[in-house]
Amino acid sequence: MASRALLDVRGVETYYGNIRALNGVNVAVNEGEIVALIGANGAGKSTLMMTIFGAPRARTGTITFGGNDITSLPTHEIARLRIAQSPEGRRIFPRMTVLENLQMGASLDNLKHFDEDAEKVFQLFPRLKERLSQRGGTLSGGEQQMLSIARALMARPKLLLLDEPSLGLAPLIVKQIFDAIRELNEKQGLTVFLVEQNAFGALKLATRGYVMVNGNVTMSGTGKELLANPEVRAAYLEGGRH
Amino acid sequence: MQYFVQQLINGLTLGSIYGLIAIGYTMVYGIIGMINFAHGDIFMIGAFTALIVFLILGAVFYSVPVVIALLVMMIVAMLLTSLYNWTIEKVAYRPLRGSFRLAPLITAIGMSIALSNFVQVTQGPRNKPIPPMVSQVYNIGGISVSLKQIIIVIVTVSLLAIFWYVVNRTSLGRAQRACEQDRKMAALLGIDVDRTISITFIMGAALAAVAGTLFLMYYGVVVFSDGFVPGVKAFTAAVLGGIGSIPGAVVGGLMIGFIESMWSAYFSIDYKDVAAFSILAIVLIFLPSGILGRPEVEKV
Repeated sequence: MASRALLDVRGVETYYGNIRALNGVNVAVNEGEIVALIGANGAGKSTLMMTIFGAPRARTGTITFGGNDITSLPTHEIARLRIAQSPEGRRIFPRMTVLENLQMGASLDNLKHFDEDAEKVFQLFPRLKERLSQRGGTLSGGEQQMLSIARALMARPKLLLLDEPSLGLAPLIVKQIFDAIRELNEKQGLTVFLVEQNAFGALKLATRGYVMVNGNVTMSGTGKELLANPEVRAAYLEGGRH
Repeated sequence: MQYFVQQLINGLTLGSIYGLIAIGYTMVYGIIGMINFAHGDIFMIGAFTALIVFLILGAVFYSVPVVIALLVMMIVAMLLTSLYNWTIEKVAYRPLRGSFRLAPLITAIGMSIALSNFVQVTQGPRNKPIPPMVSQVYNIGGISVSLKQIIIVIVTVSLLAIFWYVVNRTSLGRAQRACEQDRKMAALLGIDVDRTISITFIMGAALAAVAGTLFLMYYGVVVFSDGFVPGVKAFTAAVLGGIGSIPGAVVGGLMIGFIESMWSAYFSIDYKDVAAFSILAIVLIFLPSGILGRPEVEKV
């Protein structure tokens, strides 16, 4: 099964200077799945998301996507294989309008399917349509999060990486965003790899999950298994949920 | 009053040239956060290239219409300076990207000295004059406007219009602005950041080459050290307008042009540079990010 995974991360170690942030990580994402990666602050979740894109680059180990080794490809060429990311901190272009931010997302196809794809994105996040000519930097946190996901979708990705889509958002908006992710997965078969601190929401949404501690994957299983696991409950769910 | 309008026209001419050079400084700063001190010398090389093309045209053809001569000079200068700036970025600046901030800055100063010495050695240390290309002067209500000045303003305005269109309305310009705001995110969206930076250097060089050609036509003379003072003035213009802002570069260029011509006309021509730099100091005390610069604070 692992060899036929869409994204396969094997034995990856990443360093910031001399500090090892990822410690031999193995993760696989199969086509059509929603895979959640949960863990505490500083466990290395976002580092893994960026390492997939070669920024920072993995010092050892391999990363393959659709059977191709992408470990040492330049970041923009990895993106051209149709992996899209809504990264940590959302990274909206602050002095570009919402429309221009979406156009940036569609730059791979030079805006060929722009109108059609934009319509789909507006169905998920109608709010963005009202804000089209507003500058990205002036949007609220939730709107920026929607824009960040929408921008990633504009690339027509085969694999969507989401880094903490619920961070700092009101519960109602979190639900809206999780519903949107589920809908994309069920209706369009989009493969999603998602990093979350909101472990409960993420594991409920996910087909499978991984738990990361100090740069290591310590546990994995289906979403339901992990939700029921006493260690996971003690560390990430109880107390965190209420 | 006539005298004042006359100086306004002189200032506009000078300011156009400064503005064209200043855009190169401001764009490169915007995208990679470094001051390309060699940019003034790129301007000088543009002027020299135009001179050489002018001499070749004169030697090969019996007579060439002025418009065509100017056009050929500009295009060849643009191509050659683009090649220079592209190479400089590739060999001298790119390997230093990601190192400490002062490294590329010092390299740029070194590159500036290397370029001007290169021209000094290959073209000689003396002033290189050309015969006047355009000499018509029109008298409008007591104010004399030379055809040279009209050409400079028209060329500058049309170039700025094209440039504005590229930056604000094309996918290339969008990619440039994206790289300016968040290089890492641009790469995540499939933008080749290195290529975008190269194109930015090429665009800056092309504008500087046009400024160099206009400078040569206006003053009729160029020397290897001509990259320095106009370069520093244009850099001042970019800072005055707000470094990183393209409209700011144009506004700053015009202001420096006006200050210089007004000061020369009403006070003393010897101290015109002092006046320009004093105004810079005063503006920066009250508007630290320049006239059109944006403050650093941003909603995250």
